[in-house]
Amino acid sequence: MIAESLQLVVDSAPFLLKGAGYTVLLSVGGMFFGLVLGFALALMRLSKILPLDWLARIYVSFFRGTPLLVQLFVIYFGLPQIGIELDPIPASLIGLSLNMAAYVCEILRAAISSIDLGQWEAAASIGMTRTQAMRRAILPQALRTALPPLGNSFISLVKDTALAATIQVPELFRQAQLITARTFEVFTMYLAVAVVYWILCSILAHFQNRMEARVNQHDQEH
Amino acid sequence: MIVVEGLTKQFKGQTVLNGIDLSVQPGEVVAIIGPSGSGKTTFLRCLNLLETPDAGRIQIGDISIDANRPLGGQQGAIRRLRQQAGFVFQNFNLFPHRTALENVIEGPVIVKKTPRDKAIELARRLLAKVGLAGKEDAYPRRLSGGQQQRVAIARALAMEPEVILFDEPTSALDPELVGEVLETIRSLAEEKRTMIIVTHEMSFARDVANRVIFFDKGVIVEQGEAKALFANPKEERTRQFLRKFLGTAAGQE
Repeated sequence: MIAESLQLVVDSAPFLLKGAGYTVLLSVGGMFFGLVLGFALALMRLSKILPLDWLARIYVSFFRGTPLLVQLFVIYFGLPQIGIELDPIPASLIGLSLNMAAYVCEILRAAISSIDLGQWEAAASIGMTRTQAMRRAILPQALRTALPPLGNSFISLVKDTALAATIQVPELFRQAQLITARTFEVFTMYLAVAVVYWILCSILAHFQNRMEARVNQHDQEH
Repeated sequence: MIVVEGLTKQFKGQTVLNGIDLSVQPGEVVAIIGPSGSGKTTFLRCLNLLETPDAGRIQIGDISIDANRPLGGQQGAIRRLRQQAGFVFQNFNLFPHRTALENVIEGPVIVKKTPRDKAIELARRLLAKVGLAGKEDAYPRRLSGGQQQRVAIARALAMEPEVILFDEPTSALDPELVGEVLETIRSLAEEKRTMIIVTHEMSFARDVANRVIFFDKGVIVEQGEAKALFANPKEERTRQFLRKFLGTAAGQE
């Protein structure tokens, strides 16, 4: 029994690996575009130009206030009806990134606002532009505050990529579905897939811890 | 050198600065004293536009800002003015994620585009000057308040400013650390650096400043040669303030 299960996992390994590859692709892509878009949204939220702030608020409210699954369906099944056809992978990547950006926005906005006004003033007092102050003084400190919640969101994102299975992306969970449809070894396969997700998230958590240790250096050294 | 004309600032309809005129000569050390809420800190912060004046004109060196015109179009000039007016904050405001040395080279490297090795050389010299040789690699958190404030002074000096503005530089310090910061400022005065110092340290103001300005309710009530003003204030409000501030010590001096 156990030997058979192991054999099945070994036999399925190439498919699971291929699926894991897509999972990693969606995760890394979602993180990257989520970070870029989320940062832009955070700047809009902090902007003195009120309409920008409102736009960002509405964006965040919508993408945090609706299920990711529904967002994916709108993008993949809904958009073709208005003439925008997307392949499963771009569609899921867009959905995950847009969703991620809403969370990143709120995390970064809160972290940036938490930095003492005196830091902006210190940067201004030596003649820095706002962009220089943001890049050199504020962001490095804000990132330190933002890392733990960002890590949380990234880990959620890795797991949320499983939803892409519902729009035909051949990622990890989808591979397991395809294999179980053939072999009916439901328990073994889904458990195997769970372990793979667990490993991926553990690797991410490890990186997160190392980065937190790095940015907190100035607390410990000297 | 520094010329201020008609500087006016209101907060929510209340006039904090009421048309201040001031000129400061190169090499002059000016101390500004006055009760809390008198506008002295706001005045200092207006000088490098950390606070936005509602009206008036500020000239430092060859840079001039006209607050009667929209400041949005003068951002470049404001940044150049700030490079000429070093600012030392009450709460130091060092960059906590950078070492003492990195704090000092930040302005030269990022703003003035000084080559890094030159900036480091300058920063080492300045840190030594404020008595912090050997602390180059220390993060602010590991330094005492007095040491942090001296790093902040070195950071301001690193921009090679025309004038240094001090906003109550010792008010956030434990009493035993005040002396080392005042000593540092005193040594700068001996180099004939132009400085404007908002302070509650009356004996320091008397000994180090060339000129003392007494602020109250958003106007300059009285100013004059430092020792003369302390010994013989002309205005009743100045006398009251000094009496309250110095307590019995005033009587002895």
